[in-house]
Amino acid sequence: MKHLKTSCISASTLMLVLALTAQAQPARSSLYADLGGDTGISNIIDESVLIFLQDARIRASFKETNMQRLAILLKEQFCVISDGPCKYTGDDMKTVHQGMGINAAQFYALAEDVQIAMDKLGIASSVQNRLMARLAPMKRDIVLPKTVSH
Amino acid sequence: MLIKQCSLFASFALSSLMLTTTSTAQNLSTPDQGKLLATSGVSQVEGAGGGGLTPWATITSYGSEDSYGMNAHITQVTTQDYRLLTYGVAVGIADRIELSLTTQKFSGNLAPLDKLVLQQDIAGIKLKISGDLVTDQDNWQPQVAIGAMYKHSQAVKGLEVLGITHVRQLGAKDDNGIDYYLSATKLILDHSLLLNGTLRLSKANQMGLLGFGGDMRNQYQALPEVSAAYLINRKLVAGLEYRHKPQNLAIDNEKAYYDAFLAWFPSKNVSVTLAYARLGDITVFNPRNQRGWYLSLQVGN
Repeated sequence: MKHLKTSCISASTLMLVLALTAQAQPARSSLYADLGGDTGISNIIDESVLIFLQDARIRASFKETNMQRLAILLKEQFCVISDGPCKYTGDDMKTVHQGMGINAAQFYALAEDVQIAMDKLGIASSVQNRLMARLAPMKRDIVLPKTVSH
Repeated sequence: MLIKQCSLFASFALSSLMLTTTSTAQNLSTPDQGKLLATSGVSQVEGAGGGGLTPWATITSYGSEDSYGMNAHITQVTTQDYRLLTYGVAVGIADRIELSLTTQKFSGNLAPLDKLVLQQDIAGIKLKISGDLVTDQDNWQPQVAIGAMYKHSQAVKGLEVLGITHVRQLGAKDDNGIDYYLSATKLILDHSLLLNGTLRLSKANQMGLLGFGGDMRNQYQALPEVSAAYLINRKLVAGLEYRHKPQNLAIDNEKAYYDAFLAWFPSKNVSVTLAYARLGDITVFNPRNQRGWYLSLQVGN
């Protein structure tokens, strides 16, 4: 019983320390600002697009894509999702990717390329993860469930 | 009892497999390494994907929902008076189901336990039942998995002079048993944090190395296990783990396990985990609190 009590206290202490660590972080500036504003986001997209086109896992998906327009839309989108003062003028994610047959591996390959681009630009990992937190749920609209073919 | 447990385990394994293969059979060609770096997790001491001590709800390997992946691992924990070596293989299918086979070898180096060797084999299965580690960033739903580990401990070696060759002679009720667990893992990318809680139903003494059930107690107990990790960067994760343990044997005041770890993922083909672990005192024959380094290597895809 004493043993269980000690263990429970240890577990609670661990959780408490974690909660405090999370609390202790200073008030954060907006993700948009931490990404470097318009210029920062613009650099991230330019760098990412270069990596997309060299990435054997996904480059074929961009064969018919107007890359300049894609870059403009991505910049708008990253600005909007990071709470920047922009407007996204493209179609929603579901409409854009309909029928493209993007799979999970391709979705994550693209996410990874954006991470690599941000690494190159020296963006802090914690800021990268905050952006990833907003991009990751888009998988639900981009990777559509496969219909089982018999 | 054994037959009943085995058939339960087997039917769990079979139904999980059927669930998975029907949805993905058409895509199982080559491993796609489709998941993000580090989301494979590492191999815990019983061979399941997770942290170092505790299974997580993550499915091992980098195979995405359309594919599969495999890995092999070797782990050594060296304390003052003992060494635990574990090695095994695992496969993750469709980021949904995980199967693992592992051997644990525990040996002593301090008299009178300097010839002691305890060994067990573990077959594990895990099924992801809800949530998604990476994409559920806009809600609080964790990835949840259920799992089971069938464990079979072998003959006790090194205590022959005392006439002891079986864990039953040390007070255990059985030399085999099954652990069942439920794990919930939440990745909070917004704070670069990963939290895991596992509730394990077990009768295993020192993970099963000292058998199952005992002279003090022979019922399943619900044992909490907790892990917390910080994502330092894409390739480096640091964390803490705690694993509650039962106390079934008169000869062993079994203690909780703790560790602090650093896991490095240089690529999707290899990971190295370094930890400092506290295993508590092991058996009344040696009251020293056992602690030491934990080093693990995993290779796969």
